[in-house]
Amino acid sequence: MEVVMAFVVGGMYAAAIYMMLRRSIVKLVIGLVLLSNAANLLIFTLAGMLPGAPPLIPPGATVPEGLSADPLAQAVVLTAIVIGFGVLAFAVVLIHRAYEVVKVDDLDQMKDTDR
Amino acid sequence: MNMSVALPVIIPLLAGALSVMFWRSHFAQRALGVLGTGAMLAATVWLLLETWENGHVVMEMGSWPAPFGIVLVSDMLAAIMVMLTGIIGFATAIYSLSGIGKMSEKFGYYPLLHLLLAGVNGAFLTGDIFNLYVWFEVMLVASFALLILGGERSQMEGAIKYVTLNLLSSMIFLTAIGLTYGLTGTLNMADIGDKLSTVEDTGLITVIAMLYLVAFGVKAAAFPFFFWLPASYHTPKVAVSALFAGLLTKVGVYALYRVFTLIFNQDVDYTHEILLWVAAATMLTGVLGAAAHYEFRRILSFHIISQIGYMIMGLALFTPLALVGGVFYIMHHIIVKANLFLISGITFVMKGTHELKLMGGVYRTNPMLGVLFLIPALSLAGLPPLSGFFAKFIIIRAGIEAEAYWAVGVALLVGLLTLYSMIKIWAEVFWKAQPEGVEGELRDVSSGPMIWMWVPVIMLALMTVAIGLYGEPIYQMAAMSAEQLLDPSQYIEAVLGESRQ
Repeated sequence: MEVVMAFVVGGMYAAAIYMMLRRSIVKLVIGLVLLSNAANLLIFTLAGMLPGAPPLIPPGATVPEGLSADPLAQAVVLTAIVIGFGVLAFAVVLIHRAYEVVKVDDLDQMKDTDR
Repeated sequence: MNMSVALPVIIPLLAGALSVMFWRSHFAQRALGVLGTGAMLAATVWLLLETWENGHVVMEMGSWPAPFGIVLVSDMLAAIMVMLTGIIGFATAIYSLSGIGKMSEKFGYYPLLHLLLAGVNGAFLTGDIFNLYVWFEVMLVASFALLILGGERSQMEGAIKYVTLNLLSSMIFLTAIGLTYGLTGTLNMADIGDKLSTVEDTGLITVIAMLYLVAFGVKAAAFPFFFWLPASYHTPKVAVSALFAGLLTKVGVYALYRVFTLIFNQDVDYTHEILLWVAAATMLTGVLGAAAHYEFRRILSFHIISQIGYMIMGLALFTPLALVGGVFYIMHHIIVKANLFLISGITFVMKGTHELKLMGGVYRTNPMLGVLFLIPALSLAGLPPLSGFFAKFIIIRAGIEAEAYWAVGVALLVGLLTLYSMIKIWAEVFWKAQPEGVEGELRDVSSGPMIWMWVPVIMLALMTVAIGLYGEPIYQMAAMSAEQLLDPSQYIEAVLGESRQ
């Protein structure tokens, strides 16, 4: 399972970078979406994958019995998803406004501030 | 339970929330802006004194013991950075009373300002690497919104570059956090440092260290990741520019200092050699960009980059004296750089432009402003007896002692070129006569509602002179932080304490 996930994560990173290198701002934002999801999936995979082992603690004990899934990594991924979602929502609004102001969907036309 | 660590984060969050409640009242928002940042400054000074007394101040969130819960840790470096945040936040709030404009206030400038300060302080004080990422994002979202207040075309274009590259660096940082967690099984920075100090095989750790270097290098605008900065920093309102210039890139520098002293100290020869090259290239490219441009704020933006090089050089040399120099340099730089941006705002109100070619004769009409500009400008270039001279002197002396002669040569050359571009601004804006066919003074800045712009400028200029003339306490603080940085076991002991096996 981990091997498959490793390939999926690698493919997502590659696709994200490819999209971010395109000239269109819409594709740029799609690249950012893919990138944040790739990072989340990477954290999820790195914590180890144990199907069917929820970290439940039996009554009276302080630690779960045997091997169990790592809840911390899932909490981290959840937080990262929420943050990524908020930031990307902002990015989408920004490109919409930028498109209204600049009137092109082409990053090569946006060089006014670099001169 | 020590509240002094939490207050610098809590106060701006509270002030921001209150500002949102008084959305329609300009007066209440302004009052909250000054009072909130003033209270934060007081809290940061208290924290600095506490840290000076105890060495480390640690607070466990929700009483969860480290490494399970999130801790707020203040060592000397973090306390110094937080106090500088307080100073710059307070100065910006006062400046905004006359320098920000009704439209920005209407679109929530003050709540965003508080939120940004909370994010910056949180990033400085947290002791948990994932929590650092969260605070980075808090800071970034606030800065995105501040950057596009006004909605002009140039701001949109600058914002697209700024947002994209900063999000990219955040994702690289998140990737690095994931790999760190996979390697150590913990997110607490002290715990990571503790666990990695015993690892034999340093290859994988060095790879992760390089990921952190790229992520924080983008945030700190180090070579070759700085292209978002000159594209965006000259576009927003001047008060926002000053805030960004003073604080945001320094959060990246602080993060570099933190991870490369506490966590990645296994293969110092390799990692810090790369840092030294990065520092030299950053200094040089930044200052060459500044020498080539003729727009007030764009010149200053390029100077931010070149100064970041000095700070990274202090870290890269990794000797006690070099770290003292680096911390001292950060203190001097934040005050001076924010001040220069604020001054560019005053001249903008006078002349209505940032183009050097269209300005002139300010010294004749307003000699006081000329003197106020010269103090930070010459300090930036490193002329004695101002703060910049001592900062540069310590770093260069450390470089000579570490026998990194070529880096010292670059640093000295860059100092010279810095002086050249500062003199260029002086000659074009203040000294030369008013150019033909251009309006003279558009607005009177020395009276009426504009008077608030002068207060922070004078305050920060006096600080620059004071650091130069009475540098001993500042040097002592920097020395203490350098000592703590070079001995990470103190930090680890303070955070983990009894829970270590």
